Parts: sequence; C-alpha cells; structure tokens
Amino acid sequence: MRLTRKISARLSTGRRSRFAAPAVLLIALLTVGGVVAVISPASSAKTEDDAATIAKGRDLFLVGCASCHGMNGEGIVTKRGNQYGPPLAGVGAAAVDFQVGTGRMPMAQPGAQALRKDPLYNDEEIAALGAFVQSLGPGPAVPTDEELDIAGATTEEIVRGGQFFRTNCTACHNFAGSGGALPKGKFAPSLVGVSAKHMYEAMVTGPQQMPVFSNNVLSPQDKREIIAYLKSQEEAPSYGGFTLGSIGPVAEGLFAWLGVGVLVGGGIWICSQTARSKKNSKKGDAA
Amino acid sequence: MSADDNSGHELEPFGDEPIPDPGLPEHLPRPTDVDPEAEKRAERQVATLFGLSSLFAVLFCVSYFVFDIGDETDEFLGMGASNVFLGTCLGLALLCIGIGAIQWSRKLMSDHEIVEYRHSASSPEEDRVEAVAALEEGIADSGIGRRPLVRNSLIGAMAFLGLPAIVALRDLGPLPGDSLAHTVWKKGMRVVQDVDGAKIKPADMVIGQLVNAEPEVFFETDSEGHHLYEGAELQAEKAKAAVILVRMHPDDITPVDGRENWGVDGILCYSKICTHVGCPISLWEQQTHHLLCPCHQSTFDLADNGKVIFGPAARHLPQLPLAVDAEGYLIATSDFTEPVGPSYWERDRSDLT
Repeated sequence: MRLTRKISARLSTGRRSRFAAPAVLLIALLTVGGVVAVISPASSAKTEDDAATIAKGRDLFLVGCASCHGMNGEGIVTKRGNQYGPPLAGVGAAAVDFQVGTGRMPMAQPGAQALRKDPLYNDEEIAALGAFVQSLGPGPAVPTDEELDIAGATTEEIVRGGQFFRTNCTACHNFAGSGGALPKGKFAPSLVGVSAKHMYEAMVTGPQQMPVFSNNVLSPQDKREIIAYLKSQEEAPSYGGFTLGSIGPVAEGLFAWLGVGVLVGGGIWICSQTARSKKNSKKGDAA
Repeated sequence: MSADDNSGHELEPFGDEPIPDPGLPEHLPRPTDVDPEAEKRAERQVATLFGLSSLFAVLFCVSYFVFDIGDETDEFLGMGASNVFLGTCLGLALLCIGIGAIQWSRKLMSDHEIVEYRHSASSPEEDRVEAVAALEEGIADSGIGRRPLVRNSLIGAMAFLGLPAIVALRDLGPLPGDSLAHTVWKKGMRVVQDVDGAKIKPADMVIGQLVNAEPEVFFETDSEGHHLYEGAELQAEKAKAAVILVRMHPDDITPVDGRENWGVDGILCYSKICTHVGCPISLWEQQTHHLLCPCHQSTFDLADNGKVIFGPAARHLPQLPLAVDAEGYLIATSDFTEPVGPSYWERDRSDLT
C-alpha cells in the first residue's frame, strides 16, 4: 500500500508537467487504436462487403496492370494479332497470387518470358488484386493452408509424389527440379526454394508456357504429394558429393574435361620446371 | 662431335651447315648433387610423402567401416560422409605416391643429359634374305602346291568356321513381326492418368491442360487380383502405348482430312514416343501448342496434327482418335492408325501432306 501511494504521489506531482497532456493523449490513442485493430477483423471483415477490397484491387489494377491487360482485364491484342497482355477473366486469384507474388508480374519489359524478381506489391495488395481478377470471372482460388499442409506426409505419399513428379514435371523442370531450357529463350524455372503455395498455384493455373494440371485430374492430394516429394528432396543430403547444380551431363562433362585440362597443364608445368635453381647453379660454378 | 661434349661454346664450326651446332647447354649440378644436407632433406620429403600415402590408405579402410550408408547415412557438409571420405582418402593416397615419385626422380635420381641417335627402321639385308629363304623352304617342304587335296580341305575348314558365328546371330531374333505396328490400344479402351489410373472426363480438363496418360488395361486386374500386364511385358507395352492428352481451344486446331472427329472439344491425344529415336516427350508449351523433345530438339505442332516443325524427326507424331463412352469418360476409338516411335526399314514411308 505504501508503494502504490508513493507511486501515485509521484505521478500526481508530475501531472502539471508540460509533457503530461501529450503523454496521456498518446496512451489514450494507442489504447483506442489497439482495441479497434483487435476487434475490427472479427466484426467487420465478414460484414463489410468484399466490394471494398475489389474496389481497392481495381484501383491498383488500373495503375499497374491495365496498360497491358486492358481497363477491365479484357486483354490487349496488337495490330499484328499478337497478344500484348492476355485476358484475365477466369484466370482466378491463384494466378494473380503466383504471378504477382513471385514478382513475374508486372513485367519489366516484354520478352520471351516473365522473370522471377522481388514482388512489387505487398500481401494485402496482392489479395486485393486477386479479389478484383476473381470478380472478372471465377477461376482457381488461392489454396488454403490445409491444402498445402505437407507436414504429415508419409513415406508412401512422398514416394507416390516422386512418381507423379517424374511422370508430369521432369520433362521440363529436370529430374532434380533444377529447371531446364525451352525453345526461343524460354525456360522452365528451378523449383528449388519455391514455396509450396506458388508450386500449387502454378500447377492449377499453368503460368506462361506451363500446361495446366487441374484438380479434377491431378487431385489436390496428388499435388500435395508432389510438393512433399520436392521439399523432401530439398532437405535430403546429396549422397554422391557435389551436385554441380543437378543439371546433368553438361555440368558433369564440363567439370570432367576441366579436370583433364588441369592435369595436362600440371604435367606440362612439372616438366617445364628445373630442379636446378639459379642460386645453386652459381654455387655449382664456384665448386 | 661427340655426345658427351657439353661445352658447346667451344665447338669449331664444321661442314657446310649454315648454323653451327650449339651442342648441349652447360651441365649444372642440382643442390642435392652438391649439398649432402639438401640430399638428406629430399630423401626425407620423399619418404614423408610415401608415408602419408600409407596413412591415407589406412584412413580409407577406417572410413569404410566408420561411416554408415543406406537408411542411416552419415552426412558431411550436406553430402554422404562415406562417399566423401572414401574418395578423398583414396585420391590423396594415390596423389602422394605420384608426388613422391616425381620428387624422387627429380631431386635424387641421376641428372645427366643423354643423347640417343636414330637408327634405320628396316632390318639388315642379311636378316631379310634369311627370312625369305626360310619361308620358301617351308612352302616347298609342306608341298602345298603338290597336294591339292590337303590344300582344298584346309580352305573348306576355314570357310566352315564362319558358320557358327552366323548361326549364333539367330539369338538376336526372333523377328518382331508386326508387333511394332500395334499397341494395346483398341476401340473403347479408356484413357487414364499415368501413375494412379484416374479416369478422365472431358469437363475435367481445362484449356491448356496436359495429362500424361496410359491405356486403362495397365491398371486392370484379373479375377485373382493380378495385373494383366506385369514386369518386362508391361514395360514393353508401356513403351509403345504411352500417350499425352492436351486440351486446346477448338478454333486453334487444324485437323487434316479424316481427323475432324478425332478430338473431343479440343482434347487431342498423341503418342508420347518421339518419332526420331523414341524418347518419351511431354514438354508441351501450352501457348504455342509445340511439343519439344529434349533429346534432339525435334518439335511437333500438336494443333497441326503433330507435324514436325523443327529438328531431326522425319515423321509427324501419331495421333490416337478419341471419343466419350456412355459413362462420359474419354476412350480411344481404335488403335493407333500407324506405328508409333522411330522409323524402321519395313515401315510405310509416307507422311501427312
């Protein structure tokens, strides 16, 4: 009791300080703001219509995407008949989350292929863009955490995932998932380090040249097994030693031939050296 | 000039050679030739290298037993410890012997310049005369000219020795007959996804979709639960029957005469086996409709009847005609209408025009 009285006495002595009013105001604002922040997602996200998110997404779209995809996402076709930006009705929020979330969209410039880079939009903005594109026509939604849960994958599931991977994916993405070349400057990117969500979205939406693997044929369970297999491969040690990028005989052959060259160079170097040093040859002369 | 004359600068110019023979450079001794201390040191270096080699050989044996492989593989810097240490120890053991031998020869073995003159490659005249005489004497003694029976029967024996080699070639057979021209596909057989055998309805596929597919018969079992195709027979049939299903916008597809109804709503089915040397191919670019073979870059346009648009393949990719059965699943309406896979001699050479 004496302690609390002491503290209140000290506080009351400071109440006339010129810092007192701003401090009280700041505490009050933080409290009210915090309470609002805690309450609002629970109460308003459901009741407040998605229209606001879609409107926000549309605003972002008009600024960042419409120059290629058209004001309403209808796509733009050039005079020669080439597609400048494809129509977006029906591509779904999953396509937006993949393309914008991996930084492929917006493209820096037209080219053979959109390249992965740091994303330009934050998660909230990507969700808003996704909501807007989803509103143009229904398409695949962003997968939920349950659809991506690979933590409990059994060995059987991982082995089956490997079979699906070798049958459907290795043709382009290489046997170790480290990517491969396609005609005319295009390429299948490496899958090492790609998040489970982006892999799932790529399979569902078929970005750029990649074919679609729809959930009706390659079920969500099959996709989860493929992702579980790839993640288990990322964690597995390379038993044979250096992988040299796991890109197959090109890297391995280059390494072997460089090794042969180093050996030949070493042999020439040994033969070109003399065991008689200059210093000692003088000594020899003297002797 | 003499071979052991190594004071070249003292030589007189001789004969009509435009430039005098400079001879050998002055012979200089190595440190190990004149300094017993250096010689001892080199000896110790060589012995140390050979000793290190023995040590690494023993370490190889130790790591063979110490590091686990299989299910409980030991790791070292993210690699299999057994492989890394076995390779490193054996490599260093060999390298140390090599370096030691070079050090030995360069520092301790004799260091004198030697001249070796070239000699004529042919044998002396008397040896050649002697050899010809011996040959002629042998011919006369065997009487190969006088005894035609012996000579002819020997020639016959040599000829018949070729027969076993020819008969053994039969093991390359039997001849394939017409098995190259047929697969297990037949009218009404469902097209199912590879690996899990999932049946496919046209509505399951969206535009731009690729399915790596097989005939359903590979997933069927008989009354006792055994698969109809197993082991080597399964592999042999799979190698011919594997297909890919792709769905494109129907307006993009330009079928040749007679193939107008081979697809279902833009879904087409093609052999997965490249017509060049038979690699399985499923690198399909959904926007260009091109199918690329990773082995030799043959490229087929699946919107245009699988025609070759690039690369060494000589023929279009065979197409499997599709339909839908009563339950709504995709089926084949016949076998392939032409042999799948690489060309062979007896094959019909015609291609799509």
